[in-house]
Order: sequence, then C-alpha cells, then structure tokens
Amino acid sequence: MGKLDNFKRSLWVFHASGGSCNACDIEIVAALTPRYDVERFGIKLVGSPRHADVLLVTGAIPRDFADKLRRVYEQMPEPKAVVVVGNCGTSGGVFYDSYNIAGPIDEIIPVDVYVPGCPPRPEAIIDAVVKAWLKVEKLEKKLEGKEE
Amino acid sequence: MAKSTYYIPVGPIHPALKEPIRVEAEVEGEKIVKVDVKRGFAHRGIEYMGMKRNAIQTLYLSERICGICSISHPYAFVITAEKALGIEAPPRAQYIRTIIAELERIHSHILWLGVIAHEMGFDTLLFWTWKGREKVLDLLEFITGNRINYSMYMIGGARRDLKEKHIRAIKDAIDYYWKFTEHMKEIFLSDPVYKARTRNVAKVSKDIALKLNLVGPIARAAGIRMDVRQDMPYDAYADIDVRAVVPQDIVGEVYGDAYDVTMVRIYEIEQSLDIIEYCVDNLPEGKILAIPNYVALLAKIRRTKGEAIGAHEAPRGEVIHYLKFDGRDGPSVWKVIAPSYNNINSWGPLLIGAEVADIPIVVAYIDPCMCCNDRVAVVKTKDGNELGYTEIRKKCLEKTEKIRRELK
Repeated sequence: MGKLDNFKRSLWVFHASGGSCNACDIEIVAALTPRYDVERFGIKLVGSPRHADVLLVTGAIPRDFADKLRRVYEQMPEPKAVVVVGNCGTSGGVFYDSYNIAGPIDEIIPVDVYVPGCPPRPEAIIDAVVKAWLKVEKLEKKLEGKEE
Repeated sequence: MAKSTYYIPVGPIHPALKEPIRVEAEVEGEKIVKVDVKRGFAHRGIEYMGMKRNAIQTLYLSERICGICSISHPYAFVITAEKALGIEAPPRAQYIRTIIAELERIHSHILWLGVIAHEMGFDTLLFWTWKGREKVLDLLEFITGNRINYSMYMIGGARRDLKEKHIRAIKDAIDYYWKFTEHMKEIFLSDPVYKARTRNVAKVSKDIALKLNLVGPIARAAGIRMDVRQDMPYDAYADIDVRAVVPQDIVGEVYGDAYDVTMVRIYEIEQSLDIIEYCVDNLPEGKILAIPNYVALLAKIRRTKGEAIGAHEAPRGEVIHYLKFDGRDGPSVWKVIAPSYNNINSWGPLLIGAEVADIPIVVAYIDPCMCCNDRVAVVKTKDGNELGYTEIRKKCLEKTEKIRRELK
C-alpha cells in the first residue's frame, strides 16, 4: 500500500443507498461505531455530496433511482472516487434478472473500487475506502500539476 | 396574498435516511400542515424473480429482501413452504431456528435503539448501544459463518447444527445481555431528557393502530396484544408460552408514544433472552433436516401441488408469505407482506400537526425498512409519461378483444 503524503485533510465520504437490502448499509454504519471506528483514520460520513471526496454506493440500482444517482455523482467536487459496496452493485448479484434494475453501477457512473461480498465485512469496506483515498490523492496531484 | 406555507422535500437521498424514500411536507412556521410520502425507489422485483427460480434458490433470494431481518423472511418462507408441501422439520431444527430468530431480534432491537438515540442527538448513546450489538453479531458469525445474511434455514430444517462450543458461546452472550439490558433500561427509560423528548411524541391510540393495521412493537406499544408467536405459534414457540409484551403489563398505563415503543423493545430483548435460554436448555437430540438430499427435496416439490400462508413475528412486526406450488420445482406464486408496509401508513396522521423537529423521531420510531416494502406503483410509457389506471384498463380490454378475435 502506498503512502498518504499529499492529502492534507480528512477524507469525507457520502453514502448513497439504492435498491440495497440494508445489509451493506448497516455494515457501513457498523464501521463507524466503536468496534471498527473509522473516525480514528479521519474518515467521516457527511450529509451532502458537495462536501464529499468519496461516494459509497450500495445495492442494485432500480431504474427509478439511476438518474438520482447520476445527479449525486455530478454534484461531487473533483477529485472524487466511487466505491461500490456489495455483490449486487458490482455485478447485479442475485438480482441479475430483475425487470427493474438499471444494471451494475459501473454502467451508470464510473467506479474505481469494487467490494464484493454479501454483505462485505466492515474491514473490507474500510480497506476499499483507503484504496479510494490513494486514488483521490493521485487525482489531486494531477490537478495541482495542471494549475502550476 | 402572502405565502404562508413552505414546502420541504426530504429524500430520496438524504443523510437522515439510510434508504431511499421521499417525504414531502408543507410547513406553516414550525407546524406541518400537509404531508405526502412517496415510496418505490428500492423496488427490485424479487417476487417476480422468485417465481422463475427453484425453491432453494428462492429461499436465499428471500434472505436478500431485507438485510436487517435477514432471517425473518426465510423463516416465513420455510414455514409456508413446509405447510404447502406437508414436510415437518425435525424438533432439533425447530429449536435451532427459533434460537437464530431470537438472536436476530436482539440485534435488530439494539440497532433501533441506537438509531432513535442518534435521531434525537445522543450520538454517544448510538455508539454505546452499537458496541453492545457487536457481541450478538460475533455470536451469529460463530454459529452461521456470516455477520448478516446467515443462510441458516432450509425447507424442512436447518443447515447447520449447534455444537457444544456454540451452546457455551450462546450462554456467555445471554449473561452479557442480561446485564446490558439492565444498563439500557437505566439509560433510556430513566433519563429525564430522553423521556421528555419521546413522551407524547408519535402518539398512536389503540383505535388508530387498529384502523391503520399497525403491527409489531408499534401496535403492542398502543396496547394491542398481538404477536404471531402468541397467536399462531410455530416451531419451538409452541412449547414456550410466549405472551405479547404490552406497556400495561410493564407499568400499568398505555400512551402509545415513542417512549412506550422504546420500553416494549427493551423488554422484548429480555423476552428473547428467556426464549433462547429455554431453547438451549431443552434442545432435543436428533437430525436437523427432514430431507437431507436437496435433489430429492426439489423432486418432492415438483411432485407436490399445494398452497399455504405462513407468518413469522419479525423484529418489526409480522411477516406474511403466501406460496403456491404447481408442478414446478419452485413456487408458481409467491407473495410477501412486510411489516413496514403497514407501519409507514402511520406517518401521515402522526406528522400532520407535529413540529418539524419531531420529523426524525416519527420517521424512525417505526424502524422503517424500505427494501422490505417497496412495490411497483407507476407504469411509464417509453417517452416518460405515466400511465393512469383508466389507460391500463383500456389496454387490458383491447388485449381481451384481440385474443377473442384470434380465437374465433
């Protein structure tokens, strides 16, 4: 794993739940609570996509929800990364043949990190967010280079 | 004329909601005068998929209806399927299933207590209760192999046996939770701020509860003695005299508000501990599957014709499944009724006249679960227009006419 040398602030995460069964969602909340406690790494859930660096998406996205997810993604400032939590967002999972699913999330918005599992353990979610952190850092370096 | 009301849209993506739902409120100052709830953002068409797969695949699909009640839907499913197929689970499996269901109730109720504390602004309490919840998740992981979505049940039994080490771990957890619930009672029920914040908030009278078909802890907090485990006992509950936990038995009076719901849920954790203790002490010996061979099970399903309705008392209320087997290896009809579908009905009457600051408590007190209850509500044409009922009916008549012409 690379070193976090460039990122000068805490990582803020926004969580959007689509047609999730709640299992991944409660594991994300469990990652915040004392056993796993991601806040000690400076990772924090925020209330608005406009404040977020990383977008966590859970669940197979129903057709009704796809345009809303796209809007959430567009509201996030650059540099940004997207993490998909759970099997059904990664590939459709058990809902692969549903009539109301808009497809895997990477067909709707660009995805950087996938976390398979039904549901994945909180450790896996924390690992994915740290991977996304490295990606955001790389993007930030690129953006800074352009400004100079 | 000056505008006197303001419109507040909440959702479908909102930090206060972990799941997509839309609440539109019109407020006059601090008072809510009009409210509308729109649901359907989490609809995945699970019933339709289940009717295309075989029964064992559908059982695991039913687990994915909801991740928090990830044993309630499979439980209702196996009870219904066993009724329809005429299979009886061995006694040991019945007791194991009851133990797992009650462990899940403990984790779900503690989860809710944390969420309601969070909505009220007691974040320390959220963290403390969720720390206590990890113990039962560890136990479930030790027994079933996963923290959530346990894949423990099978039509005609359970898939994993309880060994001596598991029983030791269960007893250890029971001791821990007896102390933990005592502590929780002290913190939640004796705290003056918590009481002031929940007393007379989200108040449901017995009449309204009956009229709106409320179920589970919400109905029990309103003083109605209803519990599937008491009214239609199944599995090990038939051996245990389960009685619905109602506030009039605990403190002698009924308010039906968020405080009473908290009380009912904490006392239900104690009831679950009693049930688990009984099941562990009286665990029968024997096999755990009626038909251990899955190929033989599917063959039996293919041979049997029948239908049944089964119910299970989930942490949020009653879960009802209807199944019809008709010569296929899976259900030809599958219908699911989830408790949140009834309980969300209470938002409308409770929110009108309430203060804006009470919205989170009213929304959270029923422990809503959108993924359980979302249905298709709207039919759209290709260019995005909504089809009304009259047009759908017109299309239906046209199709009948077309078929009639073809058959002539």
